[in-house]
Amino acid sequence: MTNDTRTQGANKPALLVGVLLLIVATLVGYDASQQSITSTYGVGPTAMPYVVAAGLVILGLSHFVVAFREGLPQPEKADSKALLWIAGGLVFLIACIGLGGGFILAITVVFACTARGMGRQALLVDAAIGFVLGLVIFLVFAKVLTLILPSGPLERLFL
Amino acid sequence: MDTLLSLLHGFGVAFEPSKLLFCLIGVFLGTAVGVLPGIGPALTVALLLPVTFKLDPAGSLIMFAGIYYGGMYGGSTTAILLNAPGESASLATALEGSKMAKAGRGGPALATSAIGSFVAGLIATIGLAFLAPLLVELAVKFGPWDYFALMIVAFVTVSATFGDSPLRGLTSLFVGITLGLIGIDKLTGQARLTFGVPELLNGVEVTTLAVGLFAVGEAFYVASKRAHDPDEIIPIKGSLWMTKQDWKRSWAPWLRGTAFGFPIGALPAGGAEVPTFLSYSTERKLCKYPEEFGKGAIEGVAGPEAANNASAAGTLVPLLTLGLPTSATAAIMLAGFQQYGLNPGPLLFAEKPDLVWGLIASLFIANVMLVILNLPLIGLWVRLLAIPQPWLYAGILVFATMGTLAVNGSPAELAMLFAFGFLGYLMRRYDYPVAPMVVGLILGPMAEQQLRRALQISLGDPMILLENPISATLLGIAFIALVAPFVMKGLNKFKASED
Repeated sequence: MTNDTRTQGANKPALLVGVLLLIVATLVGYDASQQSITSTYGVGPTAMPYVVAAGLVILGLSHFVVAFREGLPQPEKADSKALLWIAGGLVFLIACIGLGGGFILAITVVFACTARGMGRQALLVDAAIGFVLGLVIFLVFAKVLTLILPSGPLERLFL
Repeated sequence: MDTLLSLLHGFGVAFEPSKLLFCLIGVFLGTAVGVLPGIGPALTVALLLPVTFKLDPAGSLIMFAGIYYGGMYGGSTTAILLNAPGESASLATALEGSKMAKAGRGGPALATSAIGSFVAGLIATIGLAFLAPLLVELAVKFGPWDYFALMIVAFVTVSATFGDSPLRGLTSLFVGITLGLIGIDKLTGQARLTFGVPELLNGVEVTTLAVGLFAVGEAFYVASKRAHDPDEIIPIKGSLWMTKQDWKRSWAPWLRGTAFGFPIGALPAGGAEVPTFLSYSTERKLCKYPEEFGKGAIEGVAGPEAANNASAAGTLVPLLTLGLPTSATAAIMLAGFQQYGLNPGPLLFAEKPDLVWGLIASLFIANVMLVILNLPLIGLWVRLLAIPQPWLYAGILVFATMGTLAVNGSPAELAMLFAFGFLGYLMRRYDYPVAPMVVGLILGPMAEQQLRRALQISLGDPMILLENPISATLLGIAFIALVAPFVMKGLNKFKASED
């Protein structure tokens, strides 16, 4: 057992989770207090949010207690470079769909970046695989399921 | 007799060629995802929801059930040959199974798990067929207060009772319930927790949450700790067939495993882990060769595998009769019913007997298909394990993206997927269970609706929950299930300090 976090007093991740839970509880409670529509009989739409907010407060406070006792499990060291590759691919995906770059290009990048993040060193080969995969999925959706995935200039060539 | 007639009628539906095809696709996909590490049946069904939106409801649901059953079969292959259980339900199988494989008895281990799964699946599905109508009769008498109490039981057992840490389980559940609040309130039209963002008015899609937590979260998590040594496939040596001795040692564990799995799965207690571990420890105690345990005892594979499959069938009992999901896969299947405007419960048995009984009958067919697919084709499934991990996870993310874009092609939805994925990663990192969050998102709004209906009938008097015997009992059970882990923990601490 590693005791290094405990020697500093409190387990930081547990404290952070506690604070986040209290923030969410405040948001839920505040939102409920701002609602204007009420039910004529029975309970209205605000009852459940208040109950949930109360639950979140209890859980948040319990996390503070845990922070000063055993804390959260100590995680293994994370490979942040790998995480950044995958996250980068997903951010590109959101931007690409948002700016109208189309499904196939987005998939190409997601596939290549994820494979790179998982440890492969052949970015171009993986991009090619991603491209074919994206193209096939797009065509299957368009022709078989009659569902058009987000299209950019490339996709319009096939429609 | 009615049950037999309904079931026969169900077989008539299930034997239609199109239904057989859906069933075959389901069990095939299910086995594949069960074998592959990193994806399970819950994720697969979640990814298929948008694709099947326009297909025939009965066929799609038969396919989903096939995936559920298939995932249970396939999971054992990974557990035995990789010592890397794909699902928590296969943890117990991996204990003895991988030892058997290392000792060159991988074939019999796979065979006993496949045949055991078949026996258990068959018995448990018969149990489902006969228990469901009885429960439906009971459920007809249920008022909204009873349903509400039942959901509270499910909440508690799914998140607190059987997890490692009740606090972390409950936290996951409450975040899920909070996510369920987002959107327009169905009874009054009041927008809640939307903060003026129009994309949030429709609420959080189950698919987006499930795919984010399961697929994206898992990919992040595996990538973050890639440094560890790669899994090694243990080649199957020797005969695939079980010896006479193996059969003799397997049949009783199969039956006992079924006896654990089905009732526990059917209770709103959730999860296949509990019965598999119960079965494992029972077999360990009853085994005539206790010295073999830890070195590859066939009983330790046969029992848990049977328990695991029987509990999958058991989970379908509360799902079909009460609309109550008690596992992540069942929760997503419920979302599958809802996307066709179907609400599982007593009414569904009365209104759509074709669909319900066709589904139950197809489970028998799925079982037969699975044992055929799994025994002779085992080599094919093993080859799936040879897919390089980077391609596997890259592919999973591609399908996750595809699933989300097919439901709702907006960048906001993708941003949510990404956010849930990162949340899923952090939860795995700090050992928070993710399944309670999905259950909270799906069951939360249902529980709220039932509670409000109950309070409308009682004109706002909350005592109605305690005045009705069924709901009062259920709430009592929920309370005990909530408090028990804390009390037991306290007792353990007390004991520890005494030593």
